[in-house]
Amino acid sequence: MTAQAAETEDLATVIGLEVHVQLETDTKIFCGCSTEPAEEPNANTCPVCLGLPGALPVVNEGAVEAAVRVGKAIDADIPEETTFHRKNYYYPDLPKNFQITQYDAPICADGELEFSVGGERRTVGIRRAHLEEDPGSLQHKGGSIDTADYTLVDYNRAGTPLMEIVTRPDFRSADEVRAFLAKLEEVLEYLGVFDSSRDGSLRVDANLSLVDADDVAADGTVDEAVLEAANRTEVKNISSHRGAEKALAYEETRQKNAIERGRAVEQETRHWDESKGVTLSMRSKEEEKDYRYFREADLPPLRVADWRERLAIPELPDARRERFQAEYGLSEEAASKLTSTKQVADFFEDVAEAFDPDLAATWVADELLGELNYRDMAVTDVADRFDEIERLVELVATDEITAKNARETVLRSMLDDGEGPDEIVEEAGLGKTSGDEVQQAVEAAIEENPDAVADYHDGEDGAINFLVGQVMGKTGGSADPGDVNQLLREELEG
Amino acid sequence: MSDDSEPAVDPEAVSHVAGLARVDLDGDERERFAEQFADILAAFEALDEVPETDQEAQLANVMRPDEVREGLSQAAALRNAPETEDGFFKGPPVS
Repeated sequence: MTAQAAETEDLATVIGLEVHVQLETDTKIFCGCSTEPAEEPNANTCPVCLGLPGALPVVNEGAVEAAVRVGKAIDADIPEETTFHRKNYYYPDLPKNFQITQYDAPICADGELEFSVGGERRTVGIRRAHLEEDPGSLQHKGGSIDTADYTLVDYNRAGTPLMEIVTRPDFRSADEVRAFLAKLEEVLEYLGVFDSSRDGSLRVDANLSLVDADDVAADGTVDEAVLEAANRTEVKNISSHRGAEKALAYEETRQKNAIERGRAVEQETRHWDESKGVTLSMRSKEEEKDYRYFREADLPPLRVADWRERLAIPELPDARRERFQAEYGLSEEAASKLTSTKQVADFFEDVAEAFDPDLAATWVADELLGELNYRDMAVTDVADRFDEIERLVELVATDEITAKNARETVLRSMLDDGEGPDEIVEEAGLGKTSGDEVQQAVEAAIEENPDAVADYHDGEDGAINFLVGQVMGKTGGSADPGDVNQLLREELEG
Repeated sequence: MSDDSEPAVDPEAVSHVAGLARVDLDGDERERFAEQFADILAAFEALDEVPETDQEAQLANVMRPDEVREGLSQAAALRNAPETEDGFFKGPPVS
């Protein structure tokens, strides 16, 4: 153990991930049962996903297409032939006592994903990505997992298509893991194969070990033999990118503390307890050979290498960000914000086309995302109100309300009270006063203030400002001060 | 293969596999199953006598469209279960 003797400052953190993502298909991976969340347990099942004797699985073409699209997006190879295996273990979430997964011939191999973290571009290698079925869900009743009286099982989720994406041990910090997962979700959502708002749609297992900093090569890679020699822990039960960052930061500190106190880091599996914010040692589970992987004879191989060419994928976030900068003249920061999710990027392009790219960028990147962020809300929370937000931008674009009122009153009320922009403008009387009313107010101000008019003609600068103030008072502040200034001058000179 | 002095599957292996399958075997059963494994494997040796034949052309790309098909009702799904509760299968505690 080289790490053992080292001072903790001389240690480097090495992290690799296994990310399970739920693919968005209408049906399960090996049967025609719906993947829509059901209100009742065991309502979306059939002989295949219940593992009844004699039932035969048939692969869902939609899941295979989604997997090939993912492979294309992460620049992976799609091998000529890909096969399924049975992974045997006995637990009630698996009705067949095995999980159908892929073993030595996964559908995607050797990919990579680029992301930014702290202003720096990083690329992490993806060893493989394979298709498999999700198990069912268990409820441990009458206590915690260790003290429960009995177990309830729901197989609605059993057979939901998952993709397990296995990275190379290329991460050097928990921060990088969070940034990578956010980017991965972004790419998968762009592909239309993933919905991050779905419960349990992202699950992460992470391997973390500490090695001697001197063993990290200049290009950031670590020799296989060094990694093999270092004791690593596998942290399970991580279900979000923020959770991953917290769990791995905790685990990193825990291992450093152990080494500092001269204790060995045990090679073990640990469970991330989100509510307590700690990782806990799990009873050691089966070793790989205990899963007795063997070919799933009920599923013939897939030969889908040519699908990589056949299936189109949409413009991905990095390409779109660069295009936004070139096409709309946006800063990198604004372009990054606007391409962070496909929903926001699509909305921005709609608004930019309807009105003006600058106005659209200000309203979507700054005002909307800023106000949402302030309220701890996500874009998905207002996705069904894009029409209303576009209407608000229209009110500004057509000069019906001032930008200040739109921002400070209308948008905030829309988000806080759920009302539409037109109602708020009307209730708060924010509509810019019509030309006639302003004209009347201008005339009245001139008539009522002969002294100021005289001062104006004497060339006194402050006089016009006084008159503008009078007009603004008469119109309740809803006139445009620039317009009023102009009108007053025309009236006084005319 | 079925050399009596060194059985293909010894009682320890039987015990290990039984553990993975969450089956509780006593000492007698471990011995008996180890012997039976030897007999079963010996029986399969008969396959060595079968002449090799050409393999049939392998199927590939057997898939179905991503279209929902009606499955079982909740009642039908639970019908064979020894115990249920509120639409769930009910079983002993597991950890």
